[in-house]
Amino acid sequence: MAGVALARMRNLFTAVMLAGIYSLLCAGLFTVMDAVDVAFTEAAVGAGISTILFLAALALVGHREKKPVRPALLPLAVVTLTGAVLAWGTIDLPPYGDPSNPVHGPVADHYLLESGHEIGVPNIVTAVLASYRGYDTMGEVAVVFTAVVGVLILLGRRMREDAG
Amino acid sequence: MREDLVLRIAAKMMAPFIVVFGLYVHFHGDYGPGGGFQAGVILTAALVLLSLVFGLDAVRRVVPPAFVQACAALGLLLYAGVGFASMALGGSFLGYDVLASDPEKGQHLGILLVEAGVVVTVFGVMTSAFYVFAGRKRQAP
Repeated sequence: MAGVALARMRNLFTAVMLAGIYSLLCAGLFTVMDAVDVAFTEAAVGAGISTILFLAALALVGHREKKPVRPALLPLAVVTLTGAVLAWGTIDLPPYGDPSNPVHGPVADHYLLESGHEIGVPNIVTAVLASYRGYDTMGEVAVVFTAVVGVLILLGRRMREDAG
Repeated sequence: MREDLVLRIAAKMMAPFIVVFGLYVHFHGDYGPGGGFQAGVILTAALVLLSLVFGLDAVRRVVPPAFVQACAALGLLLYAGVGFASMALGGSFLGYDVLASDPEKGQHLGILLVEAGVVVTVFGVMTSAFYVFAGRKRQAP
């Protein structure tokens, strides 16, 4: 419901607040599904820092969205088509919680049974994230770093002139 | 908000605890939920709180932008450095088994170091982004 209200909102300040609430609800949902690490990340990054950065951006651009001059028919068509394709894709998904799903294959068993003495870390999420899939996590860190390099190239010069 | 006594005292008292909680989330990530990404964001949250109450300039004097930008790069270097160190010691890239006397200790050390790299990078990145966005208003005429 927060999502629907979010899409209908023309006051950007309210939209940002609703986005934060939406993130927090997602974090609660993840907690209910026993994914506490993901919930923690969603609450800290999605509901916390993203909202702060959105608000900082709003302080620069103002919080009223301009009225569109003509109805945006092409974007509506693109969004409807993409949504339909995505909904069509969910038909193929394996049933939720089925033990024969591909995700419960031999790799997951290996992580759950062997990480105790291979890695020796009680939190299996950390074992997978930092050791088994450490290469992926390095890629994530590189992505985050690249993002801020982009931000600094676009917006950082003004700040440096101000300091110097 | 600079004149608001209650907010100033509360923010001053909260900030160290937020930093300690961030470090806890990092170092306890092996045993409970949490890890580098969350810890880095929590460390940034402490600075955001302080700059809301005391102003961005005060925070930028304590934690200069050049420092947080260096953090963003150093964390990634630390992460990759652990990978190359394990290669230099005869293992595979990011194979932590060779980092200490026995594989389990090596894994512990390796995970702690790469997560530290994640903390430093995420803290640097988030704080840099916050500085850039929040610092632009004052330059506008």
